[in-house]
Amino acid sequence: MNRINKKLQEDKKLLSIYFTAGYPNLNDTVKIIQNLEESGVDLIEVGLPFSDPLADGPTIQESSTTALKNGMQTELLFKQLKDIRNTVSIPLIIMGYFNPVLQYGVEAFCKKCQEVGIDGLILPDLPLDVYQEEYESIFKRYGLINVFLITPQTSDERIQAIDKASDGFIYMVSSASTTGAKEGFGTEQKAYFDRLAAMQLKNPQIVGFGISNSQTFEQATATTKGAIIGSAFIKHLTQNGTDKIADFVKGIR
Amino acid sequence: MSYHANEKGYYGEFGGAFIPEMLYPNCEELRQKYIQIMEEPSFKEEFDQLLKDYVGRPSPLYFAERLSSKYNTKIYLKREDLNHTGAHKVNNTIGQILMAKRLGKNRIIAETGAGQHGVATATVCALMGIECVVYMGEIDIARQAPNVARMKMLGAEVRPASSGSKTLKDATNEAIRDWINNPVDTHYIIGSVVGPHPYPDMVARFQSVISKEIKAQLLEKEGRENPDYVVACVGGGSNAAGAYYHFLDTPQVGIIAVEAAGKGIHSGESAATSALGKVGIIHGSKTLLMQTDDGQITEPYSISAGLDYPGVGPLHAHLFKSGRGEFISITDDDAMKAGMELSKLEGIIPAIESSHAFAILKQKKFNPSDIVVINLSGRGDKDLQNYIDYFDL
Repeated sequence: MNRINKKLQEDKKLLSIYFTAGYPNLNDTVKIIQNLEESGVDLIEVGLPFSDPLADGPTIQESSTTALKNGMQTELLFKQLKDIRNTVSIPLIIMGYFNPVLQYGVEAFCKKCQEVGIDGLILPDLPLDVYQEEYESIFKRYGLINVFLITPQTSDERIQAIDKASDGFIYMVSSASTTGAKEGFGTEQKAYFDRLAAMQLKNPQIVGFGISNSQTFEQATATTKGAIIGSAFIKHLTQNGTDKIADFVKGIR
Repeated sequence: MSYHANEKGYYGEFGGAFIPEMLYPNCEELRQKYIQIMEEPSFKEEFDQLLKDYVGRPSPLYFAERLSSKYNTKIYLKREDLNHTGAHKVNNTIGQILMAKRLGKNRIIAETGAGQHGVATATVCALMGIECVVYMGEIDIARQAPNVARMKMLGAEVRPASSGSKTLKDATNEAIRDWINNPVDTHYIIGSVVGPHPYPDMVARFQSVISKEIKAQLLEKEGRENPDYVVACVGGGSNAAGAYYHFLDTPQVGIIAVEAAGKGIHSGESAATSALGKVGIIHGSKTLLMQTDDGQITEPYSISAGLDYPGVGPLHAHLFKSGRGEFISITDDDAMKAGMELSKLEGIIPAIESSHAFAILKQKKFNPSDIVVINLSGRGDKDLQNYIDYFDL
C-alpha cells in the first residue's frame, strides 16, 4: 500500500509540512526531511522550485527564487533524495508546477519518483481533464498518487468529479487566495468546511492555505483529516535555519 | 484543416488551460459564455458603435507609394496606429470591458509591459466608470514614466510587480495572483492572445476586426479581398492574430510573423521565441516558450517592450509548427533603421514593435505585383526617447 494511504488510515489528525527544496541552503533537503519526521510530522511536501509560481504568495516565491539561485534543479533534487528511504519512512510528496515536470519528461519524472521513494505529486497547474486523458496511466504505473486542489469556489459537481479521480486525499484550499496571503479563518471557511463535511466524499480532505499555528491547525482539522503548513514554516526556516524545526512543530500540536 | 482554436482552446498541440483550481471557476464561466455573449446583437451593436465613434474605426488601409516604389512591390499599411490610444490594443479592451459588464464584474485588473495595454485598459475603465488596477513591472514603471502618468490620469491604480525579473512576465504573474485572491467581482483583461483558454481565442476575435476591414478595404482598392501577404510583428501576438484572422484558412494568403531578435538570436539577449523556444507552459497556456533545460522560464530581451515576452500565443506556435506562417526575426538595429525609413519615406513614425515588421522588406524579396499588407500596430510617440537615444537626435 502507498505510504500516503497507510498514513491516512491512522486515527489522528495529520500535520503536513511544505518546504522548498534548495532553501535556505542548496543541500538542506535531506536534513529538513529527517528533522520533520523526527519531530512527529505526518506528511511532507517537497517543493520543486519554479521561476513563475502563479499560485504562491511572496514567501514561497522568494524561497523559490533563492532555491533556484542556490542551484536547485530537478535532477539534483532526485540525487539528494537518492538514499532518503534508508533513513525515513514518512510519506513524501513532490509539489511543484507542471512545466519543469514536462521538460524532464513526465514518464521519466514519475519513474525517478518511484526509484527514490516519492509517494505522490501535487501539480496545481496540471488540470483534471489533461491528467485523466494523458497522464493518469503513467502516474499509476509508477505508484504515484496525484492530489487535486479544490477551493471555496469549486462547485459541488466538480468536487464530486475530483473525488472520483482521486485515490489519496483532496487538498482543500481554505480560501480564495495565493499561499500565505491570509491567516486564520472566518465565516466563509466555516461554511465551506461544513459543506465539504456534508458531502461525505470517499477521499479524506487535508486543508492548506492560512494555517500557521496551533489555533488555525485545530480549526482546520475540526471536520477534516489534516492540515498543511507552508509559508509559516518557510518563514521559520528563514529566521532560524534548519536547527529548530522541532520547536516549530511543537508549537503546532 | 482549420487554424482556429477548437472548443477546448487547442491550436494543434498548443493552447488549453493549464491553470490552478483557484482560477477554474472564472475561466470556466468565461469559456461557457464568451461566444454566446459576443454573438448577442446588443453586444455586437455596442462593440461596433464604440469602435466607430470612440476608437475611430475603420482604420485606414493606406497605399504606401514611396515605400512600395523603393521595394518594388505593392505595400499597404493597416493604420492601427491611428486608433484612439495609439495602437491596436484598444480593440480588445473595448471588447473585454463590455464582456466584463455582461458578466457582472465591477473591478478590472490588467498587466502591462510598456504600458500600451495598461493605457488601453485604463481608458475603457474610465469610459465605463469601473475600478481599474494595472500591474506593471518595477523596471518598466521606471522606464515608461509617460504611460504610468497616463494611466493615473485615467483613474487607474498602477501596482508595481516587484517579484522575479520585475517586467511583463512578472506583471502577468501578479495580475493572475490578484485574480486568484479576488475571484468573484473581478475580470482580468489580458492584453494579448496568451493565457489560458478562452483568452487566446477571445482576444483574437476582438482583434479580428483588423483583417475584416482589410478584406473590405482591399476589395474596394484592388478589386480583390485577399492580399498575397499579411505581415505583423509578434510578441504575444494580438495585432498579428487580428491581422491574420480572416486569412488563416485561406492558404493563398501568405502569413509572415516578425519576432524580435534583440541583439541577435544567439546573443543571449533575444525574444525570438519561435527560434529559441521549446514546448512548455506559461501563464496557463501550452505554447513555445523560452526556458532553461530544467523548465525555468528565462528572461527575453528586445529594445521594444511590447515584444519582450518569453512565450508566444498558442495560435502563433501552431502557425510556426505547422509551417502555415513564415517566421522572421529582426534585430534591434534593423528595426530602428526601418522605423527611421518609414518616417522619412511616408511621414509616419511607427512604434518600435511595428518597425520590426517593416524591417523584413530588406530581407524578403516580393514580386512587383504582390500585394503586401503590413499591420502598422502602433504609433511611435511612446518610443520617442528610444529613437532619440538610438539615433542621437
